[in-house]
Formats: sequence, structure tokens, C-alpha cells
Amino acid sequence: MEEHVLRYDGTWKGVLSLIFDVYAYKYNVSTIEIEDEASQPLLFTSAVMYVTTDDVKSARVTKGIIASVGQKGYLELYHVFLSEKWGRELLILRTTQYYLRTKVPASRNYAHGDVLEVKKIVKSVSRERHRMKAFVRFQLLDDGIYFAIVEPDFNVLPLVSKHFKDRYADQKWIIYDVKRKYGIYYDGDLVQEVEFGSGRRIDQKSITLAGHESELLYSKLWNQYFNSVNIKERKNLKLHIQHVPKRYWKYLNEK
Amino acid sequence: MGSRIQEKLSILADAAKYDVSCSSSGSDRKNKDKGLGNTGAGICHTYTEDGRCVSLLKILLTNHCIFDCAYCVSRRSNDVKRAAFTVQEVVDLTINFYRRNYIEGLFLSSGIFQNADYTMERLVRIAKKLRNEHNFNGYIHLKTIPGASDELIFEAGLYADRLSINLEIPTEAGLKLLAPEKNHREMIQPIKFISNTILQTKEDKKIIKSTPKFVPAGQSTQMIIGAAKESDLQIIHAAQHFYKQYKMKRVYYSGYVPISNDLRLPTIGTEVPLVRENRLYQTDWLLRFYGFEANEILNETNPLLDLDIDPKLSWALRNMDKFPVDVNRASYEMILRIPGVGVRSAKKILAARKFEKLRLEHLQKLGIAMNKAKYFISCHGYIQRYADQQAEKIKHFILSNSSSKYVKAASSQLNLF
Repeated sequence: MEEHVLRYDGTWKGVLSLIFDVYAYKYNVSTIEIEDEASQPLLFTSAVMYVTTDDVKSARVTKGIIASVGQKGYLELYHVFLSEKWGRELLILRTTQYYLRTKVPASRNYAHGDVLEVKKIVKSVSRERHRMKAFVRFQLLDDGIYFAIVEPDFNVLPLVSKHFKDRYADQKWIIYDVKRKYGIYYDGDLVQEVEFGSGRRIDQKSITLAGHESELLYSKLWNQYFNSVNIKERKNLKLHIQHVPKRYWKYLNEK
Repeated sequence: MGSRIQEKLSILADAAKYDVSCSSSGSDRKNKDKGLGNTGAGICHTYTEDGRCVSLLKILLTNHCIFDCAYCVSRRSNDVKRAAFTVQEVVDLTINFYRRNYIEGLFLSSGIFQNADYTMERLVRIAKKLRNEHNFNGYIHLKTIPGASDELIFEAGLYADRLSINLEIPTEAGLKLLAPEKNHREMIQPIKFISNTILQTKEDKKIIKSTPKFVPAGQSTQMIIGAAKESDLQIIHAAQHFYKQYKMKRVYYSGYVPISNDLRLPTIGTEVPLVRENRLYQTDWLLRFYGFEANEILNETNPLLDLDIDPKLSWALRNMDKFPVDVNRASYEMILRIPGVGVRSAKKILAARKFEKLRLEHLQKLGIAMNKAKYFISCHGYIQRYADQQAEKIKHFILSNSSSKYVKAASSQLNLF
């Protein structure tokens, strides 16, 4: 049987449209690639198929998944997508196929290999999402915007945008992912994705330079506080590092 | 003004750090009218080098105190630097820390100056200002000052998410010895008042929806461990009493950190009883999430917790007749009692066994601590071989196959006896 290599545009809606096409055209999928990143030479046995991202198709697949495993099961698959892990599309496809052919909601079958793999990824992505809620450190800039730089392992900004919007409803803020070179910006009303031109350097130094005059004081006070609440007699650096892994220290002003 | 406020912060945060509560969950306060902040699941924004969560700006309003409790660093007779924040300073710190995403809110406690009401009134004023003038919807935890009037405590409860009063010493005799100016009754009275008012508010809310929130995240308390020769039995039975009688949300256990040469207390340099504290927390979890009663774990024949093994394993070894538990058939309650199975794993087992009969390899992948669980379960394709073994032997197997993170601490503690 002929095998198909599917190429899509790298978006979540693209993945959903791809799942639609797999059902519509009965593809026998061997590989899924993002168009821009596809480079490997192809075997003669495989045919390359291009998936067009389509609102109607993706909406229908969304509906199907939700009907089968609920909103929660659907969001879990979205988390897997945001993990950017290699092979995530195939895992999402296989798991969706399993969900859709099972009569009872199957997203809680912890004895199923793919479901368990999904849960594992969801756990790491959720942990990263939670850590971003915790470790974002805003710095007040001269122009009144609270700016934070992050460098998360997974693409979690879409998952924290509502949290920050609800919490900091009366201040303008930007959370910028330096790894993926985009940020989310709340203008006091709406959150939108932003990118900065390649000419503008966004790093800790440029942010500090643009800082408001009160910024240094509060950063210092926070440091003071962090050191004062520590109980030396109970020192436990192993536990400390377990909770605040070193890769996050770069943007934590108390460290 | 920068250096003065920095000095105050260092004194008043340092004095507040022995209060171990850091919870900021359980309130679900929404951000109203595009103000500042909300509360939800609770977030630890950082961790100190001792590994404890930092969720709130935890400070004393002042460390001046008219009391002389032996175990307290701010006691009247202690020669330490004293300081006091103004109301505005606390408000500014809270708002500015919060806006930078450093904290979930404020935990404000205080030494008692002049009298209880005078102190309580200041705490209330800060909370009120944050809520009313700054539309601050983040978390506020206030200390209830023993002896404060019901009216002030009631007002505090309208602005705070949580109120707490620390019992510190679980026995009346211990309290008399170490804090002669405090009395047990005066500490329990406000706890009762708050508990009743919370219940009453819930009833009222059923009829009148607009009834204002009163301490939505409930009350908590704290007991110091290892200062007054109290037994684990006394501590845990006191905790259960608080949970049942006053519907407390949390009881915290704080291993006593020696801070004084007072002969009534462990001398400076004595190790903090970390293992014991950990075992008490594990027991507390068993009471709250695992359906255990205090006297199943601690009773007249077993008044002390085993330091080598966790209290659930300890209970299981004393009750070998209840095992093995068949994970494919047993009730949730019984699955929860298997050593090595936590609340999450128990729920996963219940969900997964609807699809297929669970085998050992399934359980392994679910994240169950098989090194313990394997002595207490049976499942598809696995017959329990250890069921008729003696408890002592199983304990030995488990201990020889695991290395406790407390080994060092435990051995140095055992040397004392």
C-alpha cells in the first residue's frame, strides 16, 4: 500500500485540517512535516500530499474531538501540539483516530500507550505553563508598559494569555518569548501577538535601560525580601533547585 | 527613602518567616471592574533556599510586642532591632510587588502593640485600603490578633481571603509554660467566632445572593513542633479537632528553629526536627485526602510517628489483614490506602480499569511507587507472594531497597536518644 507524506503549514488549525484530510482521502500516513522545514529526500514509495488549512475542516474536526472526549480531551491534544516535540503530529493523529473509533470517552484510558504518552506531554507542557505564571517578572518601563522576557521550553504563551489578561487588567504589559521571537501584548483592552523588527534587540539589557525610575528600587526590595524570608537553619538547596530549575534563573531578578 | 524601607523590610520579613503558611488558593476572587488582580489556584512565585514556597509578601506590620512568648523571636525581652511599617508603606509594597508578578498577595501579621484591638484595627485598615482605594483583588491573609473584638474580626473577614490565629503550642500546659500571658481560651474564642460566621454567611448567601464574602479561603492555624515536648498523638488529635470542629482549611506544622537560650526550650544549635515535621504533614494529608481518622494512625499504643517510614506504610504494616488489595475490584477508599498509591494514581486506576484489566506493567506506567505497592496489591497476572510475610520483613525489604532523602538528617537525630 502506498504511503503518504503529509505537509502542512505548522499551525494548530493546519493539524486539524490534516486530520480531516486523512479521513476524507483515506491517507496512509507515514510522515507529517511542516512545509518550510521539510528537507529530507523522499523515498519513491511515498507520495507527498499538501494539506490546505481550512476553517471549515478544522472546525469539524474540533467538533468531532469534543463530541468524543470533551473540551478537556481536546485541549490536551492542543497542549501536545504546543510542546513542539518531534513526532507530535503523528501522535495527535493516532490518538484522535483512537478517540473517534472508541464508543466511550477514551481520553482517560491510562492503560493505552498513546493516551499515556499524550498525558505525559500534557503534564510537562502544563508544568511549563504554570511556571510561566509564576516566573514572569515584569519590569516597569519608562513608557508605562510592564515588560517581561521569558524563554520557555514549550510554546506556552497562548496558554497563559488569559491568565495575565484577567489578572493585570488595569496595566499594559508585554510578555516576550525570546526563543520564538514573538510576544503577547495587552493594551488595556485586548491581547494580541506582537513581533519586533529584526533591528530591535530585545534582551535583559535593553529592557533595563528602558526601565522606569522606580524599577531599581522595587527590584532591590524584592531581592531583600527574598533573602530575608529564608531560614538558614533549614537550608535545602536541592529542593530549592528542584522547584526553581537553573534554566529559569536568567530572568528571575531575585536570583 | 529607599534604604530606610529596605531596612524595615529586612527586619519585618525576617520576623515573619517563622509563620510557614504560604497558601494563596481557595478563594476564587474575580478581578472586578478592570481593577488589579484576582485569586485562583495559588501560585508559588519563587522558592527560598530552604525550599519553601514564596507566594505572598509575608511581613509583620511591626515587631514591637507587649507579649513575651518564649518561642517567639519578637518577644518583648529579646534584644532585637525593632521597626514598624506605616499603612501606606505596606500598601505600596503590596501593589508594586503584585504588579511585577512577584507575589499573589499579602500575608500580614504583627506583634501586639498597645493592645489587641489597636493592632487589629491597623491590619484591617491596610486590607480595607487595598480593596477599596486600589481595587486590589489579589490574596490577603490577615492574622487574627488574640483578644481582638468580634466587630474588628468581622470587618477583617470582609476584606481578607483568609484569617488565621496560630495556636503554636497544642497543649494548655505547654502554652502556660512558654507563653504565660496568653491563654488557650482566648485563642480558641476567635476561631470559633470566625468558623460560625463563615457558616452563617454561607447560609445567608443561599437566600440573599449579594451577601458579601466572609473569609472565602477559610481559616488556618499553626503548631510549633518540638518546642514543648508535645507528642505526635497530641498534635494530630488537635489538628483533627480543628478540621472537624472548626472546618479549618489548613493546619501547619513548623519545626522549632532554636532562637533563644531560654532553659524551657531546646538550646541553640539543636537541629530543626525536619523529618518529624514531614511525617506530620504526611499524616495531615492522610486525614484530609485519604479518609483516615487520627486514631487509626496515632493512638495510646502508638503515640509517636515512625521516622523511618511514612505513616501510611506504617499503618498498612500494622494492618496486614486488610491486604492484598485487588486493584481491579477494590473500592476507591481501599485503593487509596495502598502504600505507594496517591490520590491521582488511585483516580487513574479507577478510570483505566473500565477499559481493561490492569496488569503490573500498567500500574508501573501510571506512576505508582511499585517498590512499596508491590507488597500490598494483587492484579491481573500478579499473585501476591508477600501476603503472609511478617510486617517486619516487608519493612526491612522496603527500607533496604530505597534510600530516604532524610537518611543523613534521620541518623543524626537518632543519635540524640
